[in-house]
Amino acid sequence: MSAVAKKAVDKFLEVIDADVAAFAESCVHCGECAEACHFYIATKDPKYTPTYKLFPLVKAYKRHKAPLSGIKKMLGLVPAEVTEEELREWEPLVYDSCTMCGRCTLVCPMGIDIAGTIRKMREGYVAAEIVPEGLMAAAVNAERTGSPMGVTLKALSAQIKHQEDETGIPVEIDKKGADYMALLSSMEIMGFPEIIGAYSKLFKQAGLTWTISSKAFEATNVGVQIGSGKMAKMLVQRVVDAAEELEVKHVISPECGHAYGALRWAGPNMIGREFSFKVVHIIELLDQLRSEGRIPAGDKDTRRMTLHDPCQIIRRGGLLAEPRRLLDDSCSDFVEMEGAGIANLCCGGGGGVSANPRAEELQLAAFAQKLKQINDIGGVEAVVVPCANCRTVFEDGLDELEADFEVIGLGELVAETLAAK
Amino acid sequence: MSFLKFVEEPLFYFAAAVFLIGALWRVIGIIRIGRKPDLAPAKGSGTAGFIAGNLRHFVPRNIFAKRTWIHIIGGYGFHFGLFALLLFAAPHIKFFDERILGISWPALPRWGFIIAAQFAFAGLIMLWVRRFSDPVMRLIADWDDHISSWLTFLVMLTGCLALQESHDILKAIHMLFVDVWLIYFPFSRLMHAVTFFLSRGYTGATYGRKGMTL
Repeated sequence: MSAVAKKAVDKFLEVIDADVAAFAESCVHCGECAEACHFYIATKDPKYTPTYKLFPLVKAYKRHKAPLSGIKKMLGLVPAEVTEEELREWEPLVYDSCTMCGRCTLVCPMGIDIAGTIRKMREGYVAAEIVPEGLMAAAVNAERTGSPMGVTLKALSAQIKHQEDETGIPVEIDKKGADYMALLSSMEIMGFPEIIGAYSKLFKQAGLTWTISSKAFEATNVGVQIGSGKMAKMLVQRVVDAAEELEVKHVISPECGHAYGALRWAGPNMIGREFSFKVVHIIELLDQLRSEGRIPAGDKDTRRMTLHDPCQIIRRGGLLAEPRRLLDDSCSDFVEMEGAGIANLCCGGGGGVSANPRAEELQLAAFAQKLKQINDIGGVEAVVVPCANCRTVFEDGLDELEADFEVIGLGELVAETLAAK
Repeated sequence: MSFLKFVEEPLFYFAAAVFLIGALWRVIGIIRIGRKPDLAPAKGSGTAGFIAGNLRHFVPRNIFAKRTWIHIIGGYGFHFGLFALLLFAAPHIKFFDERILGISWPALPRWGFIIAAQFAFAGLIMLWVRRFSDPVMRLIADWDDHISSWLTFLVMLTGCLALQESHDILKAIHMLFVDVWLIYFPFSRLMHAVTFFLSRGYTGATYGRKGMTL
């Protein structure tokens, strides 16, 4: 085995826990997962079958770690050693054609969490340094600035200043003892900075104190996307340190898919302890403030709207009812697309795929499935997309495929339809 | 010792021991690999999620049914048929009563046996044909999938031939395949019949802790 393959295999074996072992032991190769994968649906290429993407990891497990593998090895019944060529052949399957959306788990008769296993498998790829260039560049940026797009405090400050001018409400940076510390994603800061103004309006009305840390304002965790536990931990630690230094009670995870899971669910496990603050998703918080009557709804948006369910927030984040309750209050002509909710189709660009230029064509083919789902409703004028990454994928995809409807964030919509005080 | 006696007694007891010890060894082996404790504050119950995950995946989702109907029909037909035959065929009840459990229960009437057998055979053949006719299944299938299908098929086929219990040799051939099937079970993908509860359960437990909808 080459040194490169050995690094990957050693890491595979390290990350394989009872969950992954049960998955590897239970897959009956029925292939139903293909029917849930947007990359397979879009291309009909069998190599995009989700369980197939795990094959090198499963091979390593069956050869080295599976119960009874010792007897099977003596009888020559274990799979061959994983090779470097094989790992390289699988790299596009592991990175370009899996958004870790988890839709395949819903159709799997064995309930196998393929998305979570791909996340662990990527750890092996990082160990072997077999990683797509685009994601590597994002990782280098994140290491340097905390942001995968290299967004600096100076750039954020300029956007905040602009939003302060728009709303007339000041944003206090590094306010010690604030109730909430908001995180933003780079894509929000650079592409959709109106969300900062929306937070100002909403939180002022709700009467809560909030701040943005100059040391940790970035929510995106490229370590989780690329599969580097070390980097993921470093980025989480940065947020924890800032939040604890500012003595905030809550940290708000923004409209960004994986950021919520990275901080809320994986974060404490990465740093090895519970946080001294609570992590709350912005959708959860707005829903709570709405139910408490602190941000009452005003006139509804009358456009025909639908909701895209970002995988990491809805299917894998559990926030299914919250965005719908907010939308019911915010628009008068809300329609669901077929398959809405936890089984909704992914935009095609999550899990680092949108940061990987090599995957562009495949991502667009997957997005075409999403677009078809929306077009099938008929007459949609706006799609609410509560994830900045999905939103960028939508906007790029709509440009390419020449479709015409508006893409809006949920926080902005809630702020726009807020009752006048 | 007659061939029938050999396959019904020493070989069967050996096969049953391999089956039980092997399956248990493998399940305990998986559990012993362990899961790291989850330090994130839970929103729901992992235990409830483990159970819910197991139950939820018995029921196919409508949204995928029009794409996966062959598997749903074949899969349910085969498994229901097989379990009906295994547990309610009169010779099996007699065997369980006399050799293992010492208790008996009502058997399927002959027409019930025929229907169950038809479902089991039709389902298994559907799934097996799909294994080489469908490009996805062809790509991901391995020798274990085919051996498991064939062994199960032969156990069922020889079982039908032995139904009348007219010739000892037919019964002996059926028992021989049963013994081989039992020995093969813990080393193969047939183990999914046991490990499914862990696979569904672990995912369900993760979902449950996060308060995710299943």
